[in-house]
Amino acid sequence: MAVAAEERLHVERKKPRPLSTNSAIAHAVKDLDVDVVAAYPITPQTTVVEKIAEFIADGELEAEMVHVESEHSALSATVAAALTGARAFTATASQGLELMHEILHIASGLRTPIVMSVAMRALSAPISIWNDHSDVMNARDSGWIIFFVSSAQEAYDTVIQGYRIAEDSDVLLPVMVAYDGYVMSHTMEPVVTEDRDSVLAYAPKRPFPYKLDPEKPVTLGALADPDWYYEIKYQIVEAMRRALDKAREADEEFGKRFGRKYGLVECYMCEGAKSLIVAASSYAATLKAVLPRAWEEGLKVGLLRLRLYRPFPEDLIVDALSNVDSVLVIDRAISYGAPYQGPLANEFSGLILKHGLGVNLVSVVAGIGQRRMVDDDFLKLAKLAWEARTVRKPETIFYGVRK
Amino acid sequence: MAASLKPPARGERYKSLFQIPREEWFVSGHRLCAGCPVGTTMRMLTKVIGPNAIIVNATGCLEVASTPYPYTAWRHPWLHLAFENAGAAASGVEAALKVLKAKGRLDRDIKVVAIGGDGGTVDIGLQALSGMLERGHKVMYVLYDNEAYMNTGIQRSGATPWGAWTTTTPAGKKWRGEWRPKKDIDAIVAAHRVPYVATANPAYPVDMANKFKKAFELTDEGPTFVHVLIPCVPGWRIKDDMGITVARLAVETGVWILYEIDHGEFRVTFPVKRRKPVKEYLKLQGRFRHLTEEEIQKIQEMVDRQVEEVNKLVGKEVIGPVA
Amino acid sequence: MSSEGSLPAYYEIPPGGAIPEPGSSLKYKTGSWRVLRPVINQDKCVRCRLCWVYCPDAAILELDEEYVTSKGRRYKITYKVNYDYCKGCGVCARECPVNAIEMVPEPIGGEE
Repeated sequence: MAVAAEERLHVERKKPRPLSTNSAIAHAVKDLDVDVVAAYPITPQTTVVEKIAEFIADGELEAEMVHVESEHSALSATVAAALTGARAFTATASQGLELMHEILHIASGLRTPIVMSVAMRALSAPISIWNDHSDVMNARDSGWIIFFVSSAQEAYDTVIQGYRIAEDSDVLLPVMVAYDGYVMSHTMEPVVTEDRDSVLAYAPKRPFPYKLDPEKPVTLGALADPDWYYEIKYQIVEAMRRALDKAREADEEFGKRFGRKYGLVECYMCEGAKSLIVAASSYAATLKAVLPRAWEEGLKVGLLRLRLYRPFPEDLIVDALSNVDSVLVIDRAISYGAPYQGPLANEFSGLILKHGLGVNLVSVVAGIGQRRMVDDDFLKLAKLAWEARTVRKPETIFYGVRK
Repeated sequence: MAASLKPPARGERYKSLFQIPREEWFVSGHRLCAGCPVGTTMRMLTKVIGPNAIIVNATGCLEVASTPYPYTAWRHPWLHLAFENAGAAASGVEAALKVLKAKGRLDRDIKVVAIGGDGGTVDIGLQALSGMLERGHKVMYVLYDNEAYMNTGIQRSGATPWGAWTTTTPAGKKWRGEWRPKKDIDAIVAAHRVPYVATANPAYPVDMANKFKKAFELTDEGPTFVHVLIPCVPGWRIKDDMGITVARLAVETGVWILYEIDHGEFRVTFPVKRRKPVKEYLKLQGRFRHLTEEEIQKIQEMVDRQVEEVNKLVGKEVIGPVA
Repeated sequence: MSSEGSLPAYYEIPPGGAIPEPGSSLKYKTGSWRVLRPVINQDKCVRCRLCWVYCPDAAILELDEEYVTSKGRRYKITYKVNYDYCKGCGVCARECPVNAIEMVPEPIGGEE
């Protein structure tokens, strides 16, 4: 009887339930037994924190919620809590991430093992509550590990993977889990959640090794003169390098335990493809639905979904690019005045040069401020990618803008 | 004379200087300017709070001078994040300690002390401080107030007093130094209805020790705040050996009134029977050198009004007239 | 690049520049800043502790050393200046209520 009940429970548990990405993240925080949550409301992240507050209010999660008065304080309190030995979490979006910017660098500089979810949103001005990737792209050089996820399930799973990576003593870097605001944050999808014991067995709490403790007093956040600063920052370079392997291991192990894994990049319909589209978050999910149509029309275009963005999974991307003649990079942010005006395109351009890949690059900026992109638009991009095999397109294409 | 007397028990007061513990917790080798009373104050603070505390320090001269890597003058666990967020960082440390204790991962009571300068407290850090106070975090906050941005080279802050020269309020043909009065941060903090607010001064070590002690102990109830006046050798244009003397004159002239607000009850802790003229305080400081007799008289009147307000609040004359 | 070789490599530094050694500033001697040095007249000193309290640098040592003054007064403690750290600010001399501390020019070469 007992066994049967247990099995039933197991099946129950594995039954997906409808959750938005925001709710899925709150569930991950609960299942990870996070100790401190400090966050400030901002659209479209707010329901993450609301759901966590409900869990704490109902006694489902024992945690301290710090109702901070700004995102700057949210990240400051989160960093300080983690450096005191707690498992700490915060969530934000858009202007909130910008307000945190100063502390982003301090979090990585002090090697703080925290996870933050970002419901990606456009930046003011003009004010827009809608989605693009400008917020995260402005934070890309702040020493954080950055994941782009493309489903609510992947968001849940990646927050859990995030703590395993962040708290690894070979890594000790903050992790950002980014996803498209509204398109994902407020959309219900089927999500399987795991029980806390299994989650904690996979991601056991490993407090910061130099935590603030009167028994073993440390000084954290000292002044570093030119003889010391460079080495302390270079540590992040090496930690990022190690984080690549740790992220791979974390995903493999997650797959073994829970039956779901994602890879650091995902190549979809790459077999036999002569051209690739690079996309992240929800656009990658849409492209999966559109690309079969492209192939029906004779366009052998695959999808390279960027899941781990920092550290950049260079080898995997080079492998994928080695078999194609062209690559179209979709940027959902603008690098104003840059050679390619999409930040990702610039990185791919450097990669192509660095590895001597004979691949034609097309830089496309799209979906700024959540400008509508439907199936046919993605099909047009597939055509552009396909044409680029033989025709160079050196200038960034601002797709969909009224000119 | 005995080497050291026993420190007072919890809830009791220091009665003698000899009760201050001999052991140093803010040690030599820091790089504060010669004669900087912040050193005096931090030595006292760390002795009074004892080892069982975590210190959070805002960016400022103390933070910079006490921790040039790989050296630290602190024997406490110590954290510095940024300039404007000591209140938030201290909130995070306190929240972590609270939940770790509740979850059985910490078996002791550890207290949190935040330290910030005037810029980091009354200006750029005011929002984070207000949040920390309003949410009731059990943190003792110490403001060391040298009345300008000294770490960046003497720029005016909201705590700069009327008439003071700074590099951004120079005395010239049109400007006569700072032309706005000092922000009343203590009233702002008190408006948060915290259990304890006090002013202190390093020239009065026993009074200062008692305030640190009380503020530290009352964090059991909520946030507490001690505001210490710190003469700045280069910023106030005083001689290296004058820091304590000038600090004392601030009290003797009524410029700096030593008081505490204990659970809403206002009390002057160091009554002054006969005040010295404010000129005695001003004339030792190069930052006031440009002032005319009329301007000095204006400052005297401002101080007179401040004294009058305090006497009215107490209900009797605790600070007397100018001798 | 001048420091290459004499200072630790990045991996020898604790993560994020954490300083695990409390009070390590004791290794940094600030005595070289001094132009004037305080000299305590042990006969005049009344052991009031004020110099010890006011010193910003903890450079006045309070020692359990007995001292008998020329007039036969016996003290159980002695205050001495720790010249390793004393920056020569003169606060002790100024605040001494019995003028028992004199600031004298630092000897050239800085010998004790």
